Amino acid sequence: MAKKISNSFTNKELLGFYEKMFLIRKFEEKAGQLYGAGKIGGFCHLYIGQEAVVTGILSSIQSEDTVVTSYRDHGHILARGVDPKFVMAELTGRKDGISKGKGGSMHMFSKANRFYGGHGIVGAQVPIGVGLAFAHKYRGEKKISRVYVGDGAMNNGQVFEAFNLASLWNLPVLFIIENNRYGMGTAVNRSAAGKELYERATVFGIKGEKINGMDFFEVSQAAIRARDHIYENSKPYVLEMDTYRYRGHSMSDPATYRSKDEVNEMKSNDPILSMKNKLLKDYKINEDELNNVEINIKKQIKEVEKFSLESPLPEINELFTEVYL
Amino acid sequence: MNILLPALSPTMEQGNLVKWLVKEGQQVNSGDILAEIETDKATMELESPDDGIIQKIIVEEGSENIPVNSPIAILKVDGEDELPNSGLVVNEKSSEAEVNIPNDIQSTSVSISSIFNNQVTDDKNWSEKEISMREALNEAIAEEMDLDKDVFLLGEEVAEYDGAYKVTQGLLDKFGSKRVLDTPISEHGFTGLAIGAAMAGLKPICEFMTFNFSMQAIDQIINSAAKSLYMSGGEINVPIVFRGPNGAAARVGAQHSQCFISWYSHIPGLIVVAPSNARDAKGLLKSSIRNPNPVIFLEHELLYKEKSNVPSENDFLIPIGKANIINEGSDLTIIGFSMSIHRILLALPEIQQLGLNPDIIDLRSIKPLDEECIYQSVKKTNRVVIVEDGWGNTSFGSHLSYLIQSNCFDYLDSEIVKVSGKDVPMPYAENLEALALPTREEIISAVKKVTYKN
Ligand SMILES: Cc1ncc(C[n+]2csc(CCOP(=O)(O)OP(=O)(O)O)c2C)c(N)n1
Ligand SMILES: [Mg+2]
Repeated sequence: MAKKISNSFTNKELLGFYEKMFLIRKFEEKAGQLYGAGKIGGFCHLYIGQEAVVTGILSSIQSEDTVVTSYRDHGHILARGVDPKFVMAELTGRKDGISKGKGGSMHMFSKANRFYGGHGIVGAQVPIGVGLAFAHKYRGEKKISRVYVGDGAMNNGQVFEAFNLASLWNLPVLFIIENNRYGMGTAVNRSAAGKELYERATVFGIKGEKINGMDFFEVSQAAIRARDHIYENSKPYVLEMDTYRYRGHSMSDPATYRSKDEVNEMKSNDPILSMKNKLLKDYKINEDELNNVEINIKKQIKEVEKFSLESPLPEINELFTEVYL
Repeated sequence: MNILLPALSPTMEQGNLVKWLVKEGQQVNSGDILAEIETDKATMELESPDDGIIQKIIVEEGSENIPVNSPIAILKVDGEDELPNSGLVVNEKSSEAEVNIPNDIQSTSVSISSIFNNQVTDDKNWSEKEISMREALNEAIAEEMDLDKDVFLLGEEVAEYDGAYKVTQGLLDKFGSKRVLDTPISEHGFTGLAIGAAMAGLKPICEFMTFNFSMQAIDQIINSAAKSLYMSGGEINVPIVFRGPNGAAARVGAQHSQCFISWYSHIPGLIVVAPSNARDAKGLLKSSIRNPNPVIFLEHELLYKEKSNVPSENDFLIPIGKANIINEGSDLTIIGFSMSIHRILLALPEIQQLGLNPDIIDLRSIKPLDEECIYQSVKKTNRVVIVEDGWGNTSFGSHLSYLIQSNCFDYLDSEIVKVSGKDVPMPYAENLEALALPTREEIISAVKKVTYKN
């Protein structure tokens, strides 16, 4: 039986993290359905299966800290606290979307929530995240920049340049490698030489470790360790998350490059179910409370869907606005 | 709740119901696989949107060409009362919030194969078959790899995945992993590698999953591939083809929707080619692979499915640098290439209704440019409209209009009008995206302007 491993959170806080994971799951399921119904267009990359990563990291974040990620960003912006209805309305390309319908699934941002996107070009967010850290240090703020990067993106040259800069200039940045084992149809062992992905950062003198990314508690503990290291040493840190996406790369990927058995095995280790079980058994949170959380989220998602479909298309004059300030 | 045939890719318009995995009356949970659907690219699994009971199967398995969004089954959702406006239920109301898209370009599925099939581009009696541009490109690569052992293919997902857009389907099986290589997401690295291999005499075909990602490697393309022959005093040539989809696909947003025609045609040392149909795609790709220079070969995702009659012979080639007049007229000249040709053709009936019959020139090659063909036409018609998908600012179309006015000045009876993509990053919203690209209305009003029909 799993041990109670974190005493630092109250049951209420833990319920909050559970709620976040459940929200992301249900939001993404709904996004998948709306895509199928033709209400969402273009590329749509779902985060289902990886919820423990973003939620575990969230448990170590101060509200002033900054976050940046790739195109698989719905879960990340929800984790930062943006109202899901604005996220869904972005997916449907409507006026009330978080980017006014102009960005789409891959390009969401919220300065108020310190979420800096939402980047469609593989690897681009990594030096950008180092730049956010540079600004924190420059201004003497006690903030950490958290940068998410995929396993496939770890082969992009600018990622190495960013590691070097972050370490050379002692910047307060936490790199989180979301190793979901595939970059599109390519398994990590077919794209990356060497042993562990995080070791690509450690050669630059960045401390790092590999974590079970399917478990909220393990991610959370590592995230707190990493945060404290960055605070104490004013140096970057890297965490590699062993995780998995249940769905294809995007909505149009049949994912035939992996076996059903593999997918089912990973699903049997579901981050949401396992957190639920731990909350019941180890934290004695009662089942009604958990069920209530789930019922409320399901209700909320219906409202989110409705909002995202009723919001009007952007005004035509929006085409030419916001190219320059 | 109606379960509708889902759209499983940005370009899917219909699908086949291969197999039902559930029966009427069966209890299902959210996420259970209900059916297998065949799309334009792959066979996909349809998941249950909710917990409930399959009340009725509307579309039998084995049915083909079912339009996206038509009901295929009814799911009775457990317990909950349903939202009247659920996205999965098609009703008048929810589609009202939908767009009033300037009713044309969104459906690029209009088949214009007949126009290209009637073209006689050479006098030989080819044995032809009607295939898609996707298949034509595949044939071109396979034929040239068969003919020349130095030709090899590299890029992201080109081998085991059969290509992100299935252009390279089956090539790994045919030629093996020595000659068909999946690269990591390392554009700058593998582009440089391919250029080095070309310097050593190999003939790489370097696929960019889309040309947007060529920007990661643009330094190698320009500084190494384009300039080496000149810098080395003719010593080092770089026989390489960079190919992949270019321009705006459908709703993929600002970072994935841009046209590189103007960018690459700016560079001395690069050849730039952009076919609009399957036949040209095959003939031009074969010529590009045989060409001793670096060639930028710009495809278009929305044209991959377009079909035309394509010769099967190994020696079918279309020369680089030759334009094609796809409609002969005398009232004005309309110039386009790649996707913009299809926009022009969609506007053609309305242009004809104005009593105008245009020369429509499909440039096919941007650099070198078939200036002779263009000037001859302009000297005949005296009026010019240029249509390009890319941004109009300092664009290829701007240069083209400069060339025409300096070479045909005395023949022009009106100003040259250019219809370009709007000077904005590509928006995601359906209505804005349609307006960001050249619209049919804009093409028609440009035609009216040069013919003084306004
Ligand atoms: C520079 C660049 N090359 C290629 C692509 C196309 N592409 C989008 S996502 C992706 C795979 C990325 O995989 P990974 O980094 O593992 O992230 P994941 O999708 O698994 O979250 C590729 C090749 C891109 N967006 N940018
Ligand atoms: Mg990955």
